[in-house]
Amino acid sequence: MTTPLKFYQVGSFAVGNRLLEEGQLSEQSRPSRTNSLTSGHRACQGCGEALGARYALDAAMAATDGKIVAVNATGCLEVFSTPYPETSWRLPWLHSLFGNAAAVATGVAAALRAQGKSDIRVIAQGGDGGTVDIGFGPLSGMFERNDDVLYICYDNEAYMNTGVQRSGATPPAARTNTTHAVGDNPGASFSQGKNLPVIAMAHGIPYVATASVADLHDLENKVKKAMSFHGARYLHILVPCPLGWGSRSEETIHLARMATESGLFPVFEAEYGEVTSSKKIRRQVAVADYLKPQKRFAHLFGAKGRPDLLEAIQSNANRNISKYNLLDENSVGLKGDNGE
Amino acid sequence: MVSKPFAITLNIGSSLANHTGSWRNERPVYVNRMPPCNNACPAGEDVQGWLYEGEAGNYEQAWRNLTRDNPLPAIMGRICYHPCQTACNRADLDEAVGINSVERFLGDEAIKQGWQFTVTAAPTGKKILIIGSGPSGLSAAYQLALKGHSVTIRESSSAPGGMMRYGIPAYRLPREVLDAEVARIVNMGVAIECNSKVENAEAAFAEGFDAVFLAIGAHLGKRAFIPAGDTARILDAVSVLHMTADGQPPMLGRRVVVYGGGNTALDAARTARRLGAYEAIVVYRRTQEKMPAHEVELKEAIDEGIVMRWLSTISRVDEGTVTIEKMELDEKGNPQPTGQFESLDADSVVLALGQEVDLSVIDGISQVSVDDGVIEVDELLMTGRRGLFAGGDAVPGERTATNAIGHGKHAARAIDSWLQGETFVHAARPEPASYERLNTWYYSDAPKTVRSKLDAARRASNFAEVVQGLDAETAVFEARRCLSCGNCFSCDNCFGVCPDNAVIKLENGKYEINLDYCKGCGICANECPCGAIDMEPERS
Repeated sequence: MTTPLKFYQVGSFAVGNRLLEEGQLSEQSRPSRTNSLTSGHRACQGCGEALGARYALDAAMAATDGKIVAVNATGCLEVFSTPYPETSWRLPWLHSLFGNAAAVATGVAAALRAQGKSDIRVIAQGGDGGTVDIGFGPLSGMFERNDDVLYICYDNEAYMNTGVQRSGATPPAARTNTTHAVGDNPGASFSQGKNLPVIAMAHGIPYVATASVADLHDLENKVKKAMSFHGARYLHILVPCPLGWGSRSEETIHLARMATESGLFPVFEAEYGEVTSSKKIRRQVAVADYLKPQKRFAHLFGAKGRPDLLEAIQSNANRNISKYNLLDENSVGLKGDNGE
Repeated sequence: MVSKPFAITLNIGSSLANHTGSWRNERPVYVNRMPPCNNACPAGEDVQGWLYEGEAGNYEQAWRNLTRDNPLPAIMGRICYHPCQTACNRADLDEAVGINSVERFLGDEAIKQGWQFTVTAAPTGKKILIIGSGPSGLSAAYQLALKGHSVTIRESSSAPGGMMRYGIPAYRLPREVLDAEVARIVNMGVAIECNSKVENAEAAFAEGFDAVFLAIGAHLGKRAFIPAGDTARILDAVSVLHMTADGQPPMLGRRVVVYGGGNTALDAARTARRLGAYEAIVVYRRTQEKMPAHEVELKEAIDEGIVMRWLSTISRVDEGTVTIEKMELDEKGNPQPTGQFESLDADSVVLALGQEVDLSVIDGISQVSVDDGVIEVDELLMTGRRGLFAGGDAVPGERTATNAIGHGKHAARAIDSWLQGETFVHAARPEPASYERLNTWYYSDAPKTVRSKLDAARRASNFAEVVQGLDAETAVFEARRCLSCGNCFSCDNCFGVCPDNAVIKLENGKYEINLDYCKGCGICANECPCGAIDMEPERS
């Protein structure tokens, strides 16, 4: 043997591989992982948020030698993990209100600083409702003060816990219980939406990144990188919701992958307000391929479908692709020989 | 009052008390499916299984797994037409895994390291005669010796190997490789008696053998009636190859015409070139698409300057010339004469029109029947004479060395069972591991490592080996391209993607489902790269 071989059966895409060296293993491939959110929680079958929270917090625990305090906004994640008298959390965890997770986390960080416990780090987390709508004021304040907190938003694109109501993060044309698929403009409106990663970047904080449950290695690396900064950091993770999206429970990771491979959910990172890298599309898919398996978009398909709206959504994806430079020479494009 | 830590007023429990497994209506089950490579291999090699060891660099274990089914990997890594690669699911992704190259690497490594077979079974006291030392004979001898039987091979030629020595030219199979793999079987205690033609199989039973396996091959070149002048020089390809292998090559002259379209025709033409002919023309009555010869063989032959004359038959041979007639295909695709003739200069004509079985060995054994020139056998390869088995080219089926090795293995199992008064029953094949069951997202793209070839011009002049092997580094790379279709290869995906931590990673690299918590969402099955997890309905 002269040079070490880099190629494995599954490259770096799978969770692990028996042939990988110690340094190449993902945290989730280790039997010794924290399991920060452990079994017995009451999340639905195939919950993307339960998966995303474990991925992120286990990586943070590994990066800080287990010294994490988590603060949770109200939402699915809080409700399904802590019905009295049981908790699924295997780390110090606080819940206060729907809108104040960022403020409480700021307080915890201040208290730790006052006690000189600089090695203990703080993570605040919430769903898209608690983050982009209800908790937005405290979050913006946390950014503006550059408090030493990593805020993680698990974005499932609506208020799922209370029965699937539209949030500021609900995508255009999606059916929710407050945006029915009726009328000329069925589902959620085609507005600017509330693009929180970009808003976070506008605060000029040290680190902002997006990720999804479809790329574990990328997600873990971003959490570890976030823990290497002090000050306010923001991580936005796309977590498909079988209940609210009307998708099959086994499709959760597949749908997250289609969201990123279509360009609708750009995966990138930014430091001090500037985009530093983006994850390239491997095998581009049309947005229709991503939307069709989801019942919340069923009204766009079929005999009475809305090809015009599909086209508008496709142009949103195309805009992301060019804005974040998501295609490179290794990407198999829509017209390529391998477009799924 | 129960004492609690500061500021804690409520008793805390863990959600582990909540067994969410009760929600489930489907459960994930780990399965082992039949990969297409294994399914396609006539010798029944567990290709995915031995590549799995090869991927980790456990070459000896890989070789030991491989040789459970085929004792001749260095040989077959050179001459097999690798139906495994034709079937390989990876071909739909980028290119088939170079299984044959890795097999050859393992075979060569075994010769280099001197790995031997060990017989652990106690001697059974049963004596078995194998007639013929070709691939089916050697394969059967190996399998029977492993089971503790006493095996004798009788070979009519002066050296063992059958068609591997006398049909396949040295540039495709170097003799030291053949000798090494035969020697390893002899080291197990198998006796090979050369120059020992068995005249009649029945006599062997009288001699005290408990079972006899006919592995006599098909060594008689088929003749066709071709009008020829008295001085025309016409030979058959089997004899040409046999004589060349024995070191007494026939005189073919400077211009040679070979008649036929199989691999033997190409071997004869390529051999003629190496024996000094500057022109070797293969005359075949159909088209390239209909040619039975393997595509790779044809390409290598053309690279060496062999000229192909498609849609032609030989109508007459005279001294120095051959008359050929142009043919055309009718609507059924059969060649029909056109009445247009052409003359070719030729010093000799080599007929490669197929081979026939020398059936004299079963003369007078009334229970054995023959159909269309081959020996009839049942599905356990036994002839009508109890205890007399037959395999390889002498029985119906595809005439390849790999198929012969498979016959040898199956006959050995059947003989072993028969000697114990039992009937061998094939294990049921698992469901196929289809491409559709793969989640190809997880496999990264990698091209096939192509074996370097000797320069065509250099190759035509000698019998040096044409196709070179892989080195250790490229072999392990090639092995790692295996998708492990239908069989877990410990990628940790199920363990990682479960939202309920309901997958347990075991010490041995395998996994178990924790049914106390599995909600049956199916993500593990959906994200399994190789399709080794099924979702099965729960019975209420």
